[in-house]
Amino acid sequence: MTVELGDTGTRIHQSRIRLRYNWWLGQVMSRFYREIKERCKIFGNKCPECGLVYVPPKENCPKCFAKMTEFVELADTGTLKTFTVVRYPVPFIQPRNPPFALGVIQLDGADTGFTHLLGEIDLEKIEIGMRLKAVFRDVREGNLLDIMFFKPA
Amino acid sequence: MEGVAIIGVGQTRYLRVNPNSHDEMAFEVTNKALEDAGLTIEDIDNSVTCTNDFWDGRTISCMTVTDATGSSRVPTTNVEGDGTYGVLMGLMRILSGHHNTTLVVAQSKGSISIPGLITNAIFDPLCERMLGLDAVSSAALQARSYMAKYGITEEQCAKVSVKNHKNAKNNPYAQLPLDITVEEVLRSRMLADPIKLLDASPVSDGACAVILARESVAKTKCEKPVWIRGVGHCSDTYHLGDRDLSDVGALASAAKRAYRMAGIKNPREEIHLAEIYDAFSYMELMWMEGLGFCERGGGGSLVDSGFSEMGGPLPVNPSGGVLSAHPVLVAGLARIAEAVLQLRGEAGDRQVEGAKVALAHGIEGACGQGHCVYVLQK
Amino acid sequence: MESKGHVDKATVCTSFKNERAIGTLVRFRGKEHGKMGNRVGIVGAGQTHHRSKIPQCNGQELIGIAVRRALESADLTMKDIDAVVIGNMDHFESINYVDMWSVLGFGGYMKPVLKVTTGGTTGSAVGHAAFYHVASGLFDVVLAIGWEQNSESDTTAAIVTHCEPLIERDFYGGAIGGLAAQYSMYMDKYGATEEDAAHVSVRDRGNAARYNPYAHLRAEITVEDVMKSPYISYPLRLLHMCPRSDGACAVLFAREEKATKITPKPAWILGLGSSHRSTYLGDEMGLAGLHSLEIASKQAYEMAGIREPFKQIDVAEMYLPAASAGVSWMEAMGFCEEGGGPAFIRSGVTNMGGDLPINPSGGVIATNCIGATGLIRIGEAALQIMGKAEERQVPDAKIAVATGFGGCFWSDVMIISSLRQLD
Repeated sequence: MTVELGDTGTRIHQSRIRLRYNWWLGQVMSRFYREIKERCKIFGNKCPECGLVYVPPKENCPKCFAKMTEFVELADTGTLKTFTVVRYPVPFIQPRNPPFALGVIQLDGADTGFTHLLGEIDLEKIEIGMRLKAVFRDVREGNLLDIMFFKPA
Repeated sequence: MEGVAIIGVGQTRYLRVNPNSHDEMAFEVTNKALEDAGLTIEDIDNSVTCTNDFWDGRTISCMTVTDATGSSRVPTTNVEGDGTYGVLMGLMRILSGHHNTTLVVAQSKGSISIPGLITNAIFDPLCERMLGLDAVSSAALQARSYMAKYGITEEQCAKVSVKNHKNAKNNPYAQLPLDITVEEVLRSRMLADPIKLLDASPVSDGACAVILARESVAKTKCEKPVWIRGVGHCSDTYHLGDRDLSDVGALASAAKRAYRMAGIKNPREEIHLAEIYDAFSYMELMWMEGLGFCERGGGGSLVDSGFSEMGGPLPVNPSGGVLSAHPVLVAGLARIAEAVLQLRGEAGDRQVEGAKVALAHGIEGACGQGHCVYVLQK
Repeated sequence: MESKGHVDKATVCTSFKNERAIGTLVRFRGKEHGKMGNRVGIVGAGQTHHRSKIPQCNGQELIGIAVRRALESADLTMKDIDAVVIGNMDHFESINYVDMWSVLGFGGYMKPVLKVTTGGTTGSAVGHAAFYHVASGLFDVVLAIGWEQNSESDTTAAIVTHCEPLIERDFYGGAIGGLAAQYSMYMDKYGATEEDAAHVSVRDRGNAARYNPYAHLRAEITVEDVMKSPYISYPLRLLHMCPRSDGACAVLFAREEKATKITPKPAWILGLGSSHRSTYLGDEMGLAGLHSLEIASKQAYEMAGIREPFKQIDVAEMYLPAASAGVSWMEAMGFCEEGGGPAFIRSGVTNMGGDLPINPSGGVIATNCIGATGLIRIGEAALQIMGKAEERQVPDAKIAVATGFGGCFWSDVMIISSLRQLD
C-alpha cells in the first residue's frame, strides 16, 4: 500500500514482515523451565573451572567455555542488583502496560544476576539491595513468565 | 608493511526522517566521500558495507546498497555491525596487501520502523526477550548499576546532554542542536528510570562513508591523509545478568590494544579530542573511564571539572555526539568521520585547535557489550 | 597531486610494521600490488552432524559443538584464539546482533568478535573475513564460525524478504525461482536436460551417503528417483534441490609461523575472488551460466597462479544450491568449454575416483545450513588438503577450490593448497 506524504511528494510503501519462530531451548534450558513449571524450582548451573553459579543455566561457561553439567538448586529469594521502571509503550513486546519495573536479581546461591519483572511493589520506592521473592503463576507453561514477577520478600 | 590512512569522508545530514531511500543515502555519501578524496569510483578496488537486516526490514540487506556504493564492481563484503567494525574490515583488507583503497559505507533509517521492536530482538529469545527489554530499558539497568556503584548523579549525566547538544550547534550534520540546561534535562520526560528523554539519543536516518587507502596511494592522492595508528575491538559476555553492567572491561581491553599499537602510554595527555558513542548521557561518563581518561568511577568528577568541554583539556564529542544524531550502524562511522575532519583542521566552528591525535569509538549490542576503538593521527 | 603534508614515516609505519611480511608478489587484475601481508593457513575445522532439526541444542550450543570440534582438531583452546568472525542470516532465527549473542557459544568473554553477513555467501564471506584478519597481521589465530537453525522459522518466507520491497518481493518465489529460470536458459541455449542435472544429484547425494557422516541427507538416490520427484519450479524437481538444515561449522585460520606449530600440514590459502555483481534477478537474465563465478574464480586463479584449472585442481567443494548449477556452472570455473557442462558431468570425471572430484562431502544438495554452508565448503576443502577428510578423502589432494554462492547470484572463491605457492 502506497501513501502520499504531504507536499514533498515523497511516498512511502508500507509492508510488514510476519514470520513465526520456534526456538529450540536445548537440554539445559529445557530442564530449567521444566523445573519451574513442574516444581516451582529455580535451577542454575556451576562452572567446574571458574566455580561460578549461573542462572539461567547454560551449557557453556560464558567466561571460560567449560561445559557446565552440575545443576544447582537455588532459592527463590534474592537481592536486587539494579532496576528500572519502564514508562513508555512499545507495541507487541511488553509483558505488561507501562509503567512496570524490571530488575536484575541475584538469587541466593547464584553468582550472577537473573533479569525479570518486579511486581506488587511501589514503583517509586524500589531500592538496590532490596530482598525479593519469586511469585509463580498457578498455571504454568514452561517459560520465563511462569514466574510472574519478584516481589519484596 | 605500509600504514593506512583515511583519505575521504562523506555524511548525510542526520534527520528524524530522511525522505531518501537507503540506497539514495548510500549513493549520496559514496559520492561525497569520493569527491572529498578527489577520486572516482574507478579508483575504489574493494568495499565494505554496513547494513542490518532488522533495521532495514530486509534479509540480505546489503543488496540494497550494492549498486549505490559501486560494490557490484569490486570484491565486497558486509559487516553487520557498527561502522567502526566496517572500517576494521576495510583496514584489514588493505593490510593484507590485496587492495589499495577500501570504501566503507554505513546507512540506516530508524524512521521506517519501531526501534523498540528492533532492539528487543537483541535479547535472548529464550530468557530475556519476553521481558520487553529494548535498548532504552536495558540502558536504564546499566545506568542505575553504574550510578549506584560510584555515586554518579543524574546532574552529572545531564551535563553531558547539555554539552553535546550545545556542541551540535556547530555541526551542520547534527540532527539535534539544542540550547538546554541541566534543569531542563532533569525535568524532561522519564523514559525508564533514571534515563529521561534528554538523556537519550534520538531516532535518526542517515549514512556515512569513508575511504581508506594504503600509504602509497594516500601519500600521492591526498593532501591531508589521516592515519590509523591503532585499533582494538572486544566484547563482554551476553546475558545482562551475567555481566557486571557497571564495568567497562571490554572497552578497556579494546582501548589497550589500540593504545599499544599506537604507542600511546598516557591517553589523557596524548589524545587531543575524542568522538565516542554516547547513545545515552551516562554512557559518555562510563566510556571516558574505560578509555583511561580517568580512574574507574571518576566519570562524574571529570565532567564536573569541565575536562570534556570544548576548550577543555580533552574535548569529547565536539560534533554533538550520538546524543545529537543516532543513525544506528552509522553513528560509530560518523565518529571516525568527525575525527578525520578535526585532524585535517576542517571542522569549522567545532574545530578543536591544534588537534593532532584523535580517538574515535563505536559500540555494538545492548549496553555497550562490544566496543571498537581507534587512534587516529594527522 | 603532490602530498603537501609531512608524514613522519617512521611513526606511521611502526604501528603496522611487520617483519614477517613475505616476499610473494600479489598479482591482481594484472597489476602488481606489492607484498602480500601474511601467509595464512587453515589449521583445523569442525562441524556438527547436520540435520533437519537438532532439538537438543539451542543456537549457541550448536555453535559450541562445532567450535569444540575445531579446537580439538587443532589441539587448541579458546585462550589461543585472538579474534572471532561469525555469520548467519538474521531472519532465519530472528536474533539481532548475532555477534553479541553468539559469545555464549564459544566463551567469548573479552574476545574480539565481529559479524559478517552477505546472504547465502555468508559462510564463504566469513571465511574470507577470517583470512583478512590474519593476513593483515593484526591477529594470529582466528576462529571463523558459520551457523544456521533453519528449522526455527519458515525459510522461504524469510528468504523472500531479500527482494526489493517495491518491485520484486510480491513476485519472487524464494531461492528456487531464480535458479530454475537460469537453468531454463542453459537448457535452451545448449540443449542440457533435467536428466543432466539429475546426474549431479546422484553424485553429490551418493558421496554424502557413502562418505560423510556429517551430511544431513544420507540416502543414495538414482537418476530415476530424481526424474520421478515432483517439480518444485520447472525445470527443477524436488530431488534437484538442496534441503534446509540446522548446523554449524568452525574453521581455524592462522598466520604462517603459528600455523606450522599447530599442525604439520596447514592448508595454505593461495587465492581469493569475490563478485557480488547483481542486485535484481533481472540483472542476470540472458546469462545462462553464473557470471559472478567466472569473475571470482578468475580473480582467485590469477592470485594463486592457476593457469589450467581442470588439470591443476585436485578437488572442488562447490556451493551448488541446486543440481542444475552443477551442470551450468562448470564452464564458469574453467573446467570445461562453454556449453560443455552436460558432457563433463556425464563423463564421470567429477565423481570420486575421477580426475576432479566435486563435492566429496555431498555438497549443498546434501546439507544446507545456510550461514554455515559456504564455510563448510572451505572447511571441507581444507580437510582434503590437510589429509584429514577421513572416508571422503581424495588421495594426494594438493590443490583445492571452495566456492560460495548466494544473494543475487553472487560468488566467492578460495584456492587452498598444501603448497605455499605454485611455481
